[in-house]
Amino acid sequence: MVNLGFSIGDLYFKNPVLTASGTFGNGTEFDDFFDVSRLGGILLKGTTLENREGNPYPRMAETPSGMLNSVGLQNKGIDYFESEIYPKVKNYDTNVIVNINGSYIDDYVSLAERINSLENIPAAELNISCPNVKMGGMAFGTNPVSAREVIREVRKVYRKKLIVKLSPNVTSIIEFARIAEDEGADSVSLINTLLGMAIDVSKMKPSLATITGGLSGPAVKPVALRMVWQVANAVKIPVIGMGGIMTATDALEFMLAGASAVQVGTASFIDPQASVKILEGIENFMIQKGITDIGEIVGFINRKSV
Amino acid sequence: MGKRTEDLIIIENKHLSPEFFILELSGKDNLADFRPGQFVQVRVEGSPETFLRRPISIYDVDFVKNTFKLFFQIAGKGTSVLSKLKAGDSLNLIYPLGTSFTVPEKNEKVLLVGGGVGIAPLLFLGKCMNEKGNIPDILLGFRNSERIVEVDQFREAGKVFLTTEDGSVGEKGFVTNHSLLLQTKYDKIFCCGPESMMKSVASYCRKNSIFCEVSLENLMACGFGVCLCCVADTVRGNLCSCIDGPVFNLNDLKW
Repeated sequence: MVNLGFSIGDLYFKNPVLTASGTFGNGTEFDDFFDVSRLGGILLKGTTLENREGNPYPRMAETPSGMLNSVGLQNKGIDYFESEIYPKVKNYDTNVIVNINGSYIDDYVSLAERINSLENIPAAELNISCPNVKMGGMAFGTNPVSAREVIREVRKVYRKKLIVKLSPNVTSIIEFARIAEDEGADSVSLINTLLGMAIDVSKMKPSLATITGGLSGPAVKPVALRMVWQVANAVKIPVIGMGGIMTATDALEFMLAGASAVQVGTASFIDPQASVKILEGIENFMIQKGITDIGEIVGFINRKSV
Repeated sequence: MGKRTEDLIIIENKHLSPEFFILELSGKDNLADFRPGQFVQVRVEGSPETFLRRPISIYDVDFVKNTFKLFFQIAGKGTSVLSKLKAGDSLNLIYPLGTSFTVPEKNEKVLLVGGGVGIAPLLFLGKCMNEKGNIPDILLGFRNSERIVEVDQFREAGKVFLTTEDGSVGEKGFVTNHSLLLQTKYDKIFCCGPESMMKSVASYCRKNSIFCEVSLENLMACGFGVCLCCVADTVRGNLCSCIDGPVFNLNDLKW
């Protein structure tokens, strides 16, 4: 047996494979495909205080080894979440984490208070990095002053584990990771999507209704890996890595670079069982290498001369 | 049985014309839960340009042989790669996905309207109607005579009428101009094809208070309701065409 578990503070995760918010619905959409409770945690679709319809169609464009999206946080709001979604997900035998968003700091704070009162939600991911909303989102996560302020205010009211999801659309992601750590975040997750664009040449117009969108998939992986490595070497809190992870090998790269855990995102669109296959692949790797504790892998390249 | 992912073996890749082909697949499990209008998500291997799956309508199902067919138009890199697959090759699919047409009862007067590759989901619908003893009229629109395919298969399911844009076969012009719509009062019309065609059929149905279901072909990433990319603008807000569609009642759409 190998030990796959890790912790954020006193919150235990049975394994390091989580799902990325916005790519896993509310988890229930995957019930047909596998037992969601096998994962270390699931991050639910981004939630806001109010109902949001998101951006106009088209909101997706396929690009080489990836895709752009401009969904824009479509969700039914926290009231609907509490009454309709929470009852369905609260009994999953895994850490169910809500991704919280807002246009203003007060929205984040109110939402964090609501989520804090939900017994079976042990952590929240503060999304200050969505590139597809006109207000809030990435605007918070790309300005050090507003990033600090929103994390500080949410931290005051949110008593469970707070994960801050960072934007890659900055000059130095380390700066933002350090701000999160300074303000009491328990963990940082990175990267959110990279701001990108595509043009339909035959129609001579942008592929997305919003013109720009967030790039995800294997196309972003080397950038994401570099950023995770930088951040893991700059902060002491656990780092959750993501960005184009399709296979266990990809996930292991992030962990060797210093991620304590990974989130599987776009891969779930192509193979709904991708996350659980990645989990199995990590376990097999450890058995083959004779590694008994996942912690031996985390940041391995930073400890040895390579 | 629910949605599932399977590697299935191709029995035949039948090229109908330079742009249309049909893949027949051997079902691994029971296909009894397949409904007309539903689709599958096809994995395309072998190129960074075909990262996402391709959503394809279920064209025909043989419940006895446990096989089914997918009808393709070569539209880009993905379908081009698929068009070159051979019998014996394996194809990875997620299925069955999406909503289905409401199969009409025996005594209802029904028209199925399809255009181009949009004829795909209508054959299975026609056959399901036949089982209830209903023989629909089927109006198929193609660009020209060289693009007409599979008409004989549709003749087995109903009475077929053709239109071509250049008038080379059948009546000339768009499906909504066909004399059939002037002569016959239908209870229900089911439609799949280019959006401009579906919108004109929708407008005809609204004007004449005819029940109408259309099948949308929105761009999608996942196919099972998590990416929220394939939304249709409906009276109930943005709905995913992969789980709340692809088949929508006209009353739900803001057309």
